[in-house]
Amino acid sequence: MTVVATDPVHEYILHLADTALILGQRNAEWCGHGPVLEEDLALANNALDLIGQARLLYQHVAACRADGTTEDSLAYFRHAHAFRNYTLVELPHSTGLAPTARGERDYAVTMTRNFLFSSLMVLLWDALQSSNDTHLAAIASKSLKEARYHVEHASDWLLRFGDGTEESHAKAQAAIDHLMPYTQEFWSASELVAVAHERMGVADMAALKPHWDTHVQAVVQDATLHLPLADGYVPEGKHGLHSEHLGFVLSEMQSLAREHPGAQW
Amino acid sequence: MTQDNLTMKEWPLWEVFVRSKQGIEHKHCGSLHAADAQQALHMARDVYTRRQEGVSIWVIPSASITASDPQDKDTLFEPARDKVYRHPGFFVLPDEVGHM
Repeated sequence: MTVVATDPVHEYILHLADTALILGQRNAEWCGHGPVLEEDLALANNALDLIGQARLLYQHVAACRADGTTEDSLAYFRHAHAFRNYTLVELPHSTGLAPTARGERDYAVTMTRNFLFSSLMVLLWDALQSSNDTHLAAIASKSLKEARYHVEHASDWLLRFGDGTEESHAKAQAAIDHLMPYTQEFWSASELVAVAHERMGVADMAALKPHWDTHVQAVVQDATLHLPLADGYVPEGKHGLHSEHLGFVLSEMQSLAREHPGAQW
Repeated sequence: MTQDNLTMKEWPLWEVFVRSKQGIEHKHCGSLHAADAQQALHMARDVYTRRQEGVSIWVIPSASITASDPQDKDTLFEPARDKVYRHPGFFVLPDEVGHM
């Protein structure tokens, strides 16, 4: 089933939901494989926060459409090109150029991505609290508290990695070098985002950028790491153009629901 | 758990105390491994308060606890066994006191 959103605000909410869902799915890959038991639980909590956010957003879109769409049809029965998540969140936990779907996971990549992404989300959820879509504003204010903890958790690890051993420093630096270019997508021009923000009465993404830059720079510097220029290829996940990795994430995530359509659990 | 034994030294143990609501004392709920106090707090939050168990967390290094020796239990605790009069259960409460 291909769902075509007509309302730009709904399409934008799908962009938020898909991003939360895919990062939640990625972080959940650590479940049972965490570096230590305590971090295993922390990552599972983080993943459940993100999946919870995605559910609220999907439910909101489904309720607005009132055409039989459900949170499950949105999460499990759309193809990769219909997903509007940032490319950043679908990447494997690895800095390799051609990592396999089951490649070795690097916790520095996981934490660096969580740091870069949740640093954006504390700003974005804060801005979305004043959306004229009051239901979305309520989701934003709930999610903001979760995002604040995600930043705290990830920043703490980035500091420990950067200012830790030679090996942890090198891995954290490689993770930042690898991931920074993907953050360009936070700010790249997008009619989808611009129109939705205007309709909702929320400031454009450009207004958040100086705050994100300052925050990220400060933490990276504290971690004795070096912030590379975010340049080169600008990903377009939010417009449905994804890396080859999303297909693998979706096939694992969607297979059960597609095998047993309509199943209840 | 693929860490090199040289870099992955065992983190120290911390005891975790959680206060379930304001006005109630912090209760011991378990222990965890963490590199330092701040990390122990983070981890205690993730391990022990996931189901809204708490409003406040204390962590202390397990090494700071001085514990009684289980071998001394006869000397320490046995003498109290036959001194039930130390419980205030032999007093008749006046009605005016109400529920106590």
